[in-house]
Amino acid sequence: MTEAIQVEGLTKVFTTGKDRPPLRAVDGIDFTVHEGEVFGFLGPNGAGKTSTIRMLTGLSRPTAGKAHVLGLELDKDLPRIKKRIGVVPEASNLYDELTAFDNLVFAMQLYGVPRLERKVRAEALLQRFRLGEKRDAPFAKLSRGMKRALTIAAGLAHRPPLVFLDEPTTGLDVMSARNLRGMIASLRDEGVTVFLTTHYLEEAERLCDRVAVIVKGKIVALDTVAGLRSSAQQKNIVEITLENSDGLQEKRRVECVDGVGPAIQKLLNETNGRHVLALDTLRPSLEDVFVQLTGLSAEVMLSEKGGKGGGNAGG
Amino acid sequence: MLADDLRGMYYIALKDVKAYYFKAPNISWGILFPFAFILAFAIRNPGDLRALVPGLLALTVLFGTSSMEAIVIVFERRIGSLERLFLAPLRLPALLAGKLLGGMAFGLTVTLVVLVVSIIIFGSTGTNWLMLILALLLSATAFSAMGAFISVAVKEVFEAQTLANFFRFPMMFLGGVFVPLASMPAWLQGIARLFPLTYSVEALRAAFSGGSWATAGLDLGALSAFSVVLFLLAVRTLARRID
Repeated sequence: MTEAIQVEGLTKVFTTGKDRPPLRAVDGIDFTVHEGEVFGFLGPNGAGKTSTIRMLTGLSRPTAGKAHVLGLELDKDLPRIKKRIGVVPEASNLYDELTAFDNLVFAMQLYGVPRLERKVRAEALLQRFRLGEKRDAPFAKLSRGMKRALTIAAGLAHRPPLVFLDEPTTGLDVMSARNLRGMIASLRDEGVTVFLTTHYLEEAERLCDRVAVIVKGKIVALDTVAGLRSSAQQKNIVEITLENSDGLQEKRRVECVDGVGPAIQKLLNETNGRHVLALDTLRPSLEDVFVQLTGLSAEVMLSEKGGKGGGNAGG
Repeated sequence: MLADDLRGMYYIALKDVKAYYFKAPNISWGILFPFAFILAFAIRNPGDLRALVPGLLALTVLFGTSSMEAIVIVFERRIGSLERLFLAPLRLPALLAGKLLGGMAFGLTVTLVVLVVSIIIFGSTGTNWLMLILALLLSATAFSAMGAFISVAVKEVFEAQTLANFFRFPMMFLGGVFVPLASMPAWLQGIARLFPLTYSVEALRAAFSGGSWATAGLDLGALSAFSVVLFLLAVRTLARRID
């Protein structure tokens, strides 16, 4: 299997001022990203996700360690790497004064896309990202979701085989986040390798082929979502849905390690004559794995990030 | 690599011109501001108004190139869009050169308007056109590099404006625009020699009065040196800011 990214002992240390110890934002991490996969980089705020992306895209120099991106050595071939990667930062950072169309054209001009192709590609990207009607609107006048979509479109405009997406759905409304996830999934279908940082566990679960969990600059787990799940505690969850006398539904859960029978019996004993609407056994989710690895709950992650916009969105 | 750099420079300049420079307030400010200063001086000291043209042109280039140039980079850094250029396949000097070109294009365009008006009013007898073009180009390069250096040296837009004026206003009054350098005390002349505007005014004066290349050559050389030093300082400062 060809590797899109290979990282060995990558380290980033920041000086934090006089009389303060240096901050090891990224602490000797190793991982590989296979060509054509969606690789999730998951971790709480300040874990080292963005620092890692900044090093891999040439925005920041590693303190130590080695990295190969698309087979090229990071510290020797950066200009060639830059030509072949697309980067979508956490903030939507296109030019307020330029129209949606002109922003895409400028993104392509910098990468040497031939003049005749620019217009065709820009129009196609606007359609693909449902921005056709906003073609001539200045970036400043677009909604938050549209700005995000256009920023992602600009990152893809020169058709890079590897795309870094830093928290792509943060702060978006449910529908915009859902649309963007659909687009990210379609990138994989086109053979594009995606390096995705997110703090939305559902997003990682839906989109990623493999997930690395980074905590305090160190990778604490790296596997497929299924692999991570199976490595979690071998516990099951039984969930019962009851109908109260006022017609409202109530859900109750019981965790069990040795078989589900006793748990089901316990829940049924506590119905107090209410009508049982459903009885389900649930598998451990990525969230369960994450909580186990980091000690943080998904709610804490979201509150750290300061928004729940796209976190619980379906799609 | 060189092709990537040249392409990047060109399109960054084109984008800046489109996004920031050629807006009505900038154009009117770029043209009216130097005219207002010269007019105020001419009313107070009526005399040979033609002698004020080199100073008027030098001021127009100075304000035309440096006003927006000093803001654009710091503004883009604040909103995060400068990062897009760092990610593009071009080297840092090429990125900054693109920014410089944008400022120069705007400064030279407004200066051309002022030049045409001046020629219509005062005529162009005795003008050394090659010297004039070189003086305008090198002045624009030096002032644009100064603007870029200011822009990368500060963190906020208001700091850029303050710092730009900190350099521009002393230059304006000591650079020989209104008062000939020779009539100043020796110590003030020494200070004036530290400013690129002084050499710009002298070179333009030589171009309009058919002055010798020997004298103007020194001024043009000084402007070239200012351009190179300020540009390299800007590149170095920006490189330090990455990380």
